[in-house]
Amino acid sequence: MNEEAKALQLLLVYVVLPTVVLFTGWAAGHIAELRHEKSLRRREDELRDIEATTTHAPEGFAECGGTCSLVSGEAVVGSDAFKSWVFSLKNVVGGESRTFTRLFDRARREALVRMKEQARALGCNAICNVRFDCADIGGNATGANRKSRLNMAVALVSGTAWRRG
Amino acid sequence: MTVVNTETIPGMNVVEVKGLVQGNTVRAKNIGRDIAAGFKNMVGGELRGYTELLTESRREAMSRMIAQAAALGANAVVNVRFSTSAITSGASEMMAYGTAVVAEPATRS
Repeated sequence: MNEEAKALQLLLVYVVLPTVVLFTGWAAGHIAELRHEKSLRRREDELRDIEATTTHAPEGFAECGGTCSLVSGEAVVGSDAFKSWVFSLKNVVGGESRTFTRLFDRARREALVRMKEQARALGCNAICNVRFDCADIGGNATGANRKSRLNMAVALVSGTAWRRG
Repeated sequence: MTVVNTETIPGMNVVEVKGLVQGNTVRAKNIGRDIAAGFKNMVGGELRGYTELLTESRREAMSRMIAQAAALGANAVVNVRFSTSAITSGASEMMAYGTAVVAEPATRS
């Protein structure tokens, strides 16, 4: 009887609970990802006319006059339990992690969209000298325990907004 | 104060370089936001607390840099760059630096 209860407890802790967490993570993370990508596509479409370049001073910049100002965007997108688990497996065999590549792509695009929204609010229609940065927030939720380190994609972007003639 | 990350300011001529100015800040979110982010990390999605942290850090670092530039008597900061470094869990350092200059409207010839 006691043995049985112990086995049941082990099963619950090591099989049922992780499965529930992974499945919930997969479902919620997948829905969040699809919704985010849909919203990104919509906003990117709206902001299509704002031209972003990485050049220092594109043609027409010197003559534009008027408003020009530093604009920036930032986004932190978290992974979910399923993606983190898949990555921990991928880390053993090596190679590209498509799930995390997609996660970072989302963070970058979100930051870029926010920067473009800022530029539009200033009445500008172009951004030059766009630079991407990354940051390490550490993401340790509750203490010095390395296991609680969060998996997240951090994207920072900045540029100079100006009005193209 | 004109702040740009290009080397030139359209319609303006740099008449005097005042030197390097910088501003930095180390910020952290309260433990409640950290725990919330921990839960969010199970189901995916944006960690808004940390996005806010970065936005606030950027604003703070920029305003310190601008204050330094103003103290030097500059009216613009060009070539602004941002740099970050990890301090400890849940906190980050944001640094903004650029060149303080005095710029005058270019006379059209």
